[in-house]
Amino acid sequence: MISPSKEDLVTITLNGVEVEVPNGINAVEAAALHGKEVPHYCYHPKLSVAGNCRMCLVEMGTPMRDRATGEAILEDDGSPKIGWVPKPVIGCATNVSAGMHLRTESQLVTECREGIMEFLLVNHPLDCPICDQAGECRLQEFATDYGRGFSRYIERKNVKPKRTRLGPRVTLDDERCILCSRCIRFSQEVAKDDVLGFVDRGSFSTLTCFPGKELSNNYSLNTVDICPVGALTSTDFRFKMRVWFLKETKSICTESSAGCNTIISSREGVIQRITPRRNDLVNDTWMTDSGREIYKSVKSENRILRPSADGKDLPLADAISSAVLSLKDRKVGVVASCKSSLEEQFLTQLVTQATNAQVYIRGHFGEDDGILLSADRTPNLRGALITGLTNTYPEDHLNGLNQALASGELETLLVLDEDIFSSGVDQQNLKDVDIIYLGTHSNATSKAARVVLPSFTVFEREGSFINRSFIVQAFEQAIPGPVGLSSQLEILSQILNLLHPDSEPLDATLNSVWKSMGESFPDLIGASNFQTLRKAPFQIDGSKWFHLDFAEQSALNFEPMKGAHV
Amino acid sequence: MTAHPQERRLILKHADDPSYSNRISCYLREGGYETLKKAFSMKPEEVGEEVLKSGVRGRGGAGFPAGMKWKFLDRKSGKPIYLICNADESEPGTFKDRQIMYKDPHQLIEGMMIAAYAIGAKQAFIYIRAEFHEGARILNRAIQEAKDNGYCGDNILGSSYSCDLVVHRGAGAYICGEETGLIESLEGKRPNPRIKPPYFPAVLGLYQCPTIVNNVETLCNVRHIVEMGGDEFAKIGKPNNTGTRIWCVSGQVMKPGYYEFECGALTLGEMIFGVCGGLRPGRTLKAVIPGGSSAKILKADERFTGKLKDGTEFDWGLEDIPLDFDGPASAGSMSGSGGIIVMDDTVDIVEAMANINAFYAHESCGQCTPCREGSLWMRKITQRMCSGGAREEDADLLLSVANQIEGRTICAFGEAAAWPTQSFVTKFKDDFIKKASESEEEKNSRKLQLI
Repeated sequence: MISPSKEDLVTITLNGVEVEVPNGINAVEAAALHGKEVPHYCYHPKLSVAGNCRMCLVEMGTPMRDRATGEAILEDDGSPKIGWVPKPVIGCATNVSAGMHLRTESQLVTECREGIMEFLLVNHPLDCPICDQAGECRLQEFATDYGRGFSRYIERKNVKPKRTRLGPRVTLDDERCILCSRCIRFSQEVAKDDVLGFVDRGSFSTLTCFPGKELSNNYSLNTVDICPVGALTSTDFRFKMRVWFLKETKSICTESSAGCNTIISSREGVIQRITPRRNDLVNDTWMTDSGREIYKSVKSENRILRPSADGKDLPLADAISSAVLSLKDRKVGVVASCKSSLEEQFLTQLVTQATNAQVYIRGHFGEDDGILLSADRTPNLRGALITGLTNTYPEDHLNGLNQALASGELETLLVLDEDIFSSGVDQQNLKDVDIIYLGTHSNATSKAARVVLPSFTVFEREGSFINRSFIVQAFEQAIPGPVGLSSQLEILSQILNLLHPDSEPLDATLNSVWKSMGESFPDLIGASNFQTLRKAPFQIDGSKWFHLDFAEQSALNFEPMKGAHV
Repeated sequence: MTAHPQERRLILKHADDPSYSNRISCYLREGGYETLKKAFSMKPEEVGEEVLKSGVRGRGGAGFPAGMKWKFLDRKSGKPIYLICNADESEPGTFKDRQIMYKDPHQLIEGMMIAAYAIGAKQAFIYIRAEFHEGARILNRAIQEAKDNGYCGDNILGSSYSCDLVVHRGAGAYICGEETGLIESLEGKRPNPRIKPPYFPAVLGLYQCPTIVNNVETLCNVRHIVEMGGDEFAKIGKPNNTGTRIWCVSGQVMKPGYYEFECGALTLGEMIFGVCGGLRPGRTLKAVIPGGSSAKILKADERFTGKLKDGTEFDWGLEDIPLDFDGPASAGSMSGSGGIIVMDDTVDIVEAMANINAFYAHESCGQCTPCREGSLWMRKITQRMCSGGAREEDADLLLSVANQIEGRTICAFGEAAAWPTQSFVTKFKDDFIKKASESEEEKNSRKLQLI
């Protein structure tokens, strides 16, 4: 959250206590800043205000003024007389101003909340035992906190469609829907794909797709996230797991340079789903549908699970030793990766220095959707710039490497997580070249490699990426990696130790790597360390590289070459 | 029908004249569009001033002074200003606007062009309810006639002022009569009323531009205000209740129909027992809803006491309530849209309640929670009560549900749905409780199938 400057603060009276809040924010946010929850369903900080759930009703008043003179009217004790609005007002559409009085805890407010909760539940199926939302359901939470706790309803409940397929990834249970319209507003305002609407009237109103349309855009699953109840469910996650069993880990989406902040939900080492995490400078509260699928690569068939050298499976340490044999005193080329973390790129750079290697790096590009899927389909291209792996903007091929190979300049090639054969490298140029492949999944390059050093996916390791706005963001380890394997950081540091057997062994912890990076790039990293980064991402000054022809276009919270809208 | 001798017909002057038609020739014959010429000889703000002086209050239901409403217009924004005539007359018990539009459409067009000139609108709409297809046809023909004669459209009366007028047929929902719901509907969307603040029509109305929405009868009054001058108009009726009002009397009276009287010229009793010819033989009065179905019901033997705005104390029976804006309001109800619904002793009050509840449950837009769920719940309760399933506690439950709606919704529909239930249950609680001990024979005696 951005902290406002002192001038923007106004004093309001919240439940009789004077507090300072930023001018113009709504009563829901203002109360939240001072620890008072104003329950709400339809209000969402990143969507327009609809004001239809009526759960956030509060009492509001302003100091009374004499109409003729404009002077404040005082009570007998000299305090200003407050003109309370006779009806409760909705907190989400009430913007605070200096002197405003708010009551979020009063007899009337309590009655309003009890009334709204009762109304929301009279036609609700109350099928929590089979509902995916159970455990993270606003209806459950607010019914517990603000409901009466008993029912006066003996009539028949309305019947609506129970399992409507809105699109390939979203299933709708209309009986649970409380008609808050968050999903409709999201589709219109953020996804810019206006396909959802209500049909029928009154209590029979039903959420549906417009005729001939479906909710199939790449942001459709965000409607599931913002649905305050169990109406919209993820077809993928539906009926898979009770959410209270899930361990949540902070992570960063690797799909593109947008760097969406995510939460990895896992249980017993198995990832169940990925959901967005709020970051107002990066992804607000959204992420792409495609980014949520990435966890499936953890268990994909082409995952490499055994280290090998010369066609034989070996323990990892032996495979590393074998690799180092090819790196020592040879003409080495390193194919670095924009998918590696900042720390891994730093160690890659140390390896290239130790082996006097030539570095090659390629980018991966696609169409920019102007929201959260940027044209640069790697999470950390800017890390490669900062760590000095490249001075130029990576292109989408390795033609330079191909030429170097053709002219026989290289004897060994260390490839990090890249397929050189789909990057313009000619197979026949690789005769007599040892390939060492360090990566997670098999490809043509790993199959041609003499040494294969399998490693961890983003979910099994920790580190940091630098997104399109030059914001450095940490990701944490959600699940353990496969038995017998190590992280890239560990493997690279062991390679370095073997290359320098006489010097002090390198400490491969992130804190230690960050200390070294701070020493190497004082103006960019300075005294920052990984512990503080985990708590709060920070932006580095990328102006040095603004002359490069970055592929990203204007998008949510992003303008090319200007970094984030701070 | 012919006018009652005591009536003062201003708006409906020619409505029932057999020699009068809704064509422009008749209108011109009776001095039509002369007032438009008068208005065009004045400055727009002078016209607005006359309307303010007249004290004319909105005839749509809320009774807000029209001149004041025009004053709220945001003229600083520089955005175009729109005028909308709310012809979505759909309050049960109300049928006055239909008479005007069907029988004297040019009066409305003249009133609208004067109003448009006064507020500076270049585009005006008549939002007419879907069921008035004949009305839409009449209005469209009348507008074409007015355009052909230079009273509407481009360069009105040869001046540089132009204002187009379009008839837009509604999509068939009561909620389209709510002014922000109407605006949404006119924009082509679901008529979900907007939240206020920030969407006050005078500032952020149609297409987020300043907009004035006035009732048909109100806009017709504008013509008469300009014709006779604001001060002269204010002499009709009573202070704060100026002009005439068209009352639509329905229910169990001998002569139901529409009657135009000066505000306060007669009492509810004189209306029912005099003008409308009283009840059917042998019947006694049970209750009256004075201003359309959403107004609170008045019980026959009730006494209404209190102080009027001018300080005079009153002690009225039902029949003493003066028919103006303030009379029914002082009696705890409202004159609303002027729909007087009379019920005699044959009416089963719970069934009447069930009928009204069925209407509001059917018409709730479903946008905000209290109205959406509360109106249907009330319908289900009263329907059950009328189908042999009544419980003694249902009266209190109905009242509690209604209380949970009132004042907590986006638009006034919440009140419209809650007020009938609140007043019916409070005033006729015995009838509701009695339902629980109804015999099988009584249960089976009901013939009407409820909606």
